[in-house]
Amino acid sequence: MKKYTNTGNKDTRSGFGAGLTELGKNNENVVALCADLTGSLKMDDFKKNHPERFFQIGIAEANMIGIAAGMTIGGKIPFTGTFANFSTGRVYDQIRQSVAYSGKNVKICASHAGVTLGEDGATHQILEDIGLMKMLPGMTVINTCDYNQTKAATLAIAEFEGPVYLRFGRPKVANFTPEDGKFEIGKAVNLTEGTDVTIIATGHLVWEALQAAEQLNEKGISAEVINIHTIKPLDEDAILASVKKTGCVVTAEEHNFLGGLGESVSRTLVENFPAPQEFVATKDTFGESGTPEQLMEKYGLNAEAIVTASEKVLKRK
Amino acid sequence: MPHTKELENFVTQVRRDILRQVHKVNSGHPGGSLGCAEFFTALYQEVMDYKSDFNMNGIDEDLFFLSNGHISPVFYSVLARSGFFPVEELNTFRLINSRLQGHPTTHEGLPGIRIASGSLGQGLSVAIGAAEAKKLNKDSHLVYTLHGDGELQEGQNWEAIMYAAGNKIDNLISTVDVNGQQIDGATDQVLPMGNIKAKFEAFGWDVLEVKEGNDISKVIEGLNEAKSRTGKGKPVCILMTTVMGHGVDFMMHTHKWHGVAPNDEQLENALAQNPETLGDY
Repeated sequence: MKKYTNTGNKDTRSGFGAGLTELGKNNENVVALCADLTGSLKMDDFKKNHPERFFQIGIAEANMIGIAAGMTIGGKIPFTGTFANFSTGRVYDQIRQSVAYSGKNVKICASHAGVTLGEDGATHQILEDIGLMKMLPGMTVINTCDYNQTKAATLAIAEFEGPVYLRFGRPKVANFTPEDGKFEIGKAVNLTEGTDVTIIATGHLVWEALQAAEQLNEKGISAEVINIHTIKPLDEDAILASVKKTGCVVTAEEHNFLGGLGESVSRTLVENFPAPQEFVATKDTFGESGTPEQLMEKYGLNAEAIVTASEKVLKRK
Repeated sequence: MPHTKELENFVTQVRRDILRQVHKVNSGHPGGSLGCAEFFTALYQEVMDYKSDFNMNGIDEDLFFLSNGHISPVFYSVLARSGFFPVEELNTFRLINSRLQGHPTTHEGLPGIRIASGSLGQGLSVAIGAAEAKKLNKDSHLVYTLHGDGELQEGQNWEAIMYAAGNKIDNLISTVDVNGQQIDGATDQVLPMGNIKAKFEAFGWDVLEVKEGNDISKVIEGLNEAKSRTGKGKPVCILMTTVMGHGVDFMMHTHKWHGVAPNDEQLENALAQNPETLGDY
């Protein structure tokens, strides 16, 4: 079984910041907007190096989305930055009308997604944002797994024409994908080959899925781990090819099981190749205060939960 | 103004277009559209510097954003008669498979439209973004907007109003159509907004008033005055008093025609008050 090495824990939001810094140097059309969370979003470097292209909007997310939409008229490529909660639910109609329906080339970059935001609690956590964004016609939805991949995705979406939701997080997590790896929007990444169960994971749950695969391997279960960084458009071919081989699937995401990656996978399977599926996701609940690790454990979003789900789904084959 | 008569004829034809569009599909918003016929005519026939070939990015030309998208009939009429698309296309207003959606959209590729609007209160933010882009592009052209007075009840406006003044967006002229009416009744009855002029001024805008928003000469005068105040560190606001339903006696001074189309008999009466000038489509 292929093994992956953690080259040192890093936060995905810093990957975004690093990507934005590089874009600042290489793409003069990139502009950055922030709603009073410059430090949290790691946008400081861009702000320092390109003050004329950095726009401090203040605590006014609706206005930020509208201004970003307007900046595309004139050829700019706006990257907006705030927490995932305030990037989506708070401004859903602004995104819907002024960005998605208007077909504007805005990159909505959202940090602190999921429960791993931690101690601030449920007011600031969001577990519904993938669903909100994937339902919007024309919206591309990306949830990256580590620092390197978030940096690569940040660079890739600047080259892509159209509205994008880029979701990442706050805590320091394993960094294991290749440095300067190419990011292909809509293309799944097969991390391990396996024959018994397919584990489809996104975001912070990808590393957990790899840990789960190792534990399963020790128990004589061969797991195929797929990193779905792009939830929309979904790489259905990769999913179907794997499930046709293994015959069952576990999906894993730091998101509500209603509206998330798991449901997208279910629809794909039901339409093409029905197979048993287990969902590692939050089960229609809000989060709460706690450390990221405590919350991942309490809400069943870690390697252990993936192992349990895998053993359960195997019995349903 | 030497060609005031020509512009007045244009306005009259626009009123006919508005009435005929909403009558045909028995839906749409004639009241606010009729009240803004002079404003749109002034903007597109006299004041704005725009290119005849529509380009979404709009570099090196003036831009206009309609925030209160429900007055699409007046926007469509003036765009068509200013050469953006064939006048005959007004026949497709609100019909299936049309580019002339109930509320304006970029989605169907209608030339002249740069943003979808209809869900209220979003246009000023978009215009500010476009104005910021012009500054980055060192493009000295201006950005114009139109808003309903009732629309100012949407909170996003005040985020944008604060931002524009705080960031010296002085290549922006925002006009508020002060007709005092909204769907449920008079704005003073639905949600009194107090002194709008004082509010804009308190936020740091340069405000001027056009009391006769249905007099084309006064509207042009006001817009030109507003232009002369741009580039001085403040966004410019025009509070333009209009009469909802202007030009059709039984539609004036009431909110009742905000979103109601005339029947056959009412249309005939209304059109008789606005005789054909440039040719019906």
